[in-house]
Amino acid sequence: MTLGRISLVVCVVLLALAPLTLSPFRLGLLAKYLCFAIVAVGIALAWGQGGMLTLGQGVFFGLGGYAMAMYLKLKEAGSAGLPDFMVWSGVEELPALWKPFGNPVFALAAVVLIPGVVAFLLGLLVFRQRVRGAYFAILSQALAAAFVILLIGQQGLTGGTNGMTNFSQFFGLDLTDPNGQRAVYAITALVLGATFLVAKLLVRSRFGRLLVAVRDGEDRVRFLGYDPAVVKTITFTISAVMAGLAGALFVPVVGIISPALLGIVPSLELLVGVAVGGRFVLAGAIAGAIAVNYAKTLFSEDFAEGWLYLQGGLFVLVLVFAPKGLAGVVESARDRLASRRQTGPAPVEVTA
Amino acid sequence: MTALLEVRGLRVVFDGFAAIDGLDFTVEEGELRFLIGPNGAGKTTLIDVVTGLTKPVAGSVRFGGQELVGKREHRIVRLGVGRTFQTATVFEELTVVENLDLADSFRLPLRSLLRRRRGVSDAVASALEAADLTALADKPAGVLSHGQRQWLEIGMLLVQRPKLLLLDEPVAGMSRAERERTGELLHRIASTHTVVVVEHDMEFLRKYARKVTVLHQGHVLREGSVAEVQEDPRVREVYLGRAKGKAVT
Amino acid sequence: MGALVNQLPIGLSIAAVLLLIALGLTFTFGQMGVINMAHGEFIMAGAYTAYLLQGLTSQSFLIALPVAFAVAGLMGLLLEWSLIRRFYGRPLDTLLLTWGVSLVLQQLARDVFGAPNVQVTAPGWLVGGVDLLGVRLPYNRMFIVVLAVVCVVGVWLYLTRLPAGRRMRAVVQDRELAAYSGIATGRVDRFTFLLGSGLAGVAGVALTLVGPVGPGLGTFYIVDAFLVVVAGGLGQLRGAVLAAVALGFLNSYLEFWTDASLAKVLVFVAIIAFLQVRPQGMFVLKGRALV
Repeated sequence: MTLGRISLVVCVVLLALAPLTLSPFRLGLLAKYLCFAIVAVGIALAWGQGGMLTLGQGVFFGLGGYAMAMYLKLKEAGSAGLPDFMVWSGVEELPALWKPFGNPVFALAAVVLIPGVVAFLLGLLVFRQRVRGAYFAILSQALAAAFVILLIGQQGLTGGTNGMTNFSQFFGLDLTDPNGQRAVYAITALVLGATFLVAKLLVRSRFGRLLVAVRDGEDRVRFLGYDPAVVKTITFTISAVMAGLAGALFVPVVGIISPALLGIVPSLELLVGVAVGGRFVLAGAIAGAIAVNYAKTLFSEDFAEGWLYLQGGLFVLVLVFAPKGLAGVVESARDRLASRRQTGPAPVEVTA
Repeated sequence: MTALLEVRGLRVVFDGFAAIDGLDFTVEEGELRFLIGPNGAGKTTLIDVVTGLTKPVAGSVRFGGQELVGKREHRIVRLGVGRTFQTATVFEELTVVENLDLADSFRLPLRSLLRRRRGVSDAVASALEAADLTALADKPAGVLSHGQRQWLEIGMLLVQRPKLLLLDEPVAGMSRAERERTGELLHRIASTHTVVVVEHDMEFLRKYARKVTVLHQGHVLREGSVAEVQEDPRVREVYLGRAKGKAVT
Repeated sequence: MGALVNQLPIGLSIAAVLLLIALGLTFTFGQMGVINMAHGEFIMAGAYTAYLLQGLTSQSFLIALPVAFAVAGLMGLLLEWSLIRRFYGRPLDTLLLTWGVSLVLQQLARDVFGAPNVQVTAPGWLVGGVDLLGVRLPYNRMFIVVLAVVCVVGVWLYLTRLPAGRRMRAVVQDRELAAYSGIATGRVDRFTFLLGSGLAGVAGVALTLVGPVGPGLGTFYIVDAFLVVVAGGLGQLRGAVLAAVALGFLNSYLEFWTDASLAKVLVFVAIIAFLQVRPQGMFVLKGRALV
């Protein structure tokens, strides 16, 4: 595991040096990729370890994002005022749904709890009935579709298609100032680190082994005395909370939250990085998410149409040639190298 | 002796076909019972019903006085009923130890599950030994041979510490040597557990069986010692009529 | 009450559209277990076929139906032959794979036909409608309903009466046994995929009657259509018909009573609730093979 340790240290150092070397604009982009990386950790848990292909991760990302955006908007509007978009769409009084979000503690709790509770309820109802695999994927996608339509339709509550934008403050940090931006970057990087750590501990725990067992033989696990629905629901909830946190950070980092970021296609795009990097390895998923989103930025700057071809093509290529992603390629290369070096005894065979 | 498992008036229907019809079946505490019968007799279906995998349309399954019908699979396991499958299903990506540990850990509360496994529990260690898998403890179960998988599965059942073990064709597809080892293992388990074995292998049956129940077309055809069952003309006819020349001798 | 009745033809035509799309999925998803996310793009291809053919002859709309079937069917055949057959037994990977294909096809459509929507002019005989017992029945929507009924009957006849359909069901039920019985399972797969995709093309032509054609046309309907198959039960023609009708009406009435944005959420909740009562609608655990 020394190689893993070394690369981990290198990554931490690089992330720590980034604020000193990158321009505020580039640093902001990196922070955005880190947000997607947080989602990627959750997806790697649910999909890679648990076999739950969630095509609706944008929903939880959005729930966290909107909860945060509502707080920031209320903070800016002051005690008497209304958020700007409400004024534009002719809302005269603050809707009841919005009122508690003026409280920072409530808003922060909501960032975690709302995605968590939605995922928990959905998971419990669906997994208890043994709905799984492709069916679960379809249902999660349908949820993403419905969620976006709801957001767009409730103009006065959510800002409709435009969503919410123009955030200048984040818990006392000035988002227009490079130092404020650096602080937001640091918070995002720390949350990513914490997310990674939690996921790593979970994967290594007995629960993590159980999760793999559920992925590979859900019905067999029942006869070991466990309820797979509970295992899956817990994991799905954790992955949703991670997406919610990422969404909440996305708001100060990028300065916007809107339905266009959350629908069917964005939810699937969140998977691209995980698939490319390797869904079975947490670090691979993170690296993949950052790399793919970086590539997207590069392409969007030069020729945007090319990106859709590339993204689609990339997906097809990875699935055909490297279903375990780049992490899988690295792993098999390392194994080959190790077996070439090793001249020790052959694997133990036991004959009866 | 008291009845550990009492099946009464069981009826199971698949797509209009009654796989089990009016079945009564009792297993006493401490018994080693063999369940035989031609294909489609309802042997595996009976195990499936007891363990909650298949829902009957009528009848009751009482285990230590508790009704099992309607309970979910993992609840039944937690009451003390364990089973293996015809095709041994172990978790190939987990190591042998991890497979056994998982079977051992279901009684742990969730917060202990969230911790990492440290070392090997006594139950797991003795199961490793019983299944003769100590040397392969840290290998992924995917590398095991067919026979070793069966033993791992039996080992998993042992660490689960059930009151009743249901083994579905534990020696199917095994070599002669493997069958013998399995037989010894079974013998040892039976001295401390109540065991029901579904098995076709007559040689194996003669060697290890005490009491045999013959199922035919979803109900009990005959129950008795190996010799009694073998001499029963109806049993002979069932086997002869079904598979030509494959007599129970 | 009047509104309730007037909403009827709309609900019926939504149901018919869903059914047409779901029929194709009954083949590819229901019979073969392949979640083809590019199914939506086959619909789009069918719709653009109608767009390209319009004005060529006086009956180009009717001609578009078989042509779109062929175009979309061939696209499906190509997809199955080139990619999907490498992925049998890996349903989730297939889903992602075909999504990648769908992205490429959408962008291709954008490059070839342009991003803005185009319009297909309905033939004269489908313009207007008739009043029946105070309900306005627009011809174009009634045509879709008739088309859906014809397709359902056709599929039913194919599956139950034709040797090719029986071969297909044999492969679905037991692939190995079918192969031993001398059925070329690979060819059956390809043909199944051709049929399912072809039906998507037909659905695409029908969709030109109720709205404009654009690169995103398929995405708009595909999620609902998958829900139909899921709620109806895998590979169940009867289930697909019932679920399509139920979802079609639920959609149109909920949109009418609440508002469009809430309707989708309510439909989703309804499906989850339905699954609590009838999870069998979604999965069948048969046989002894575990895992």
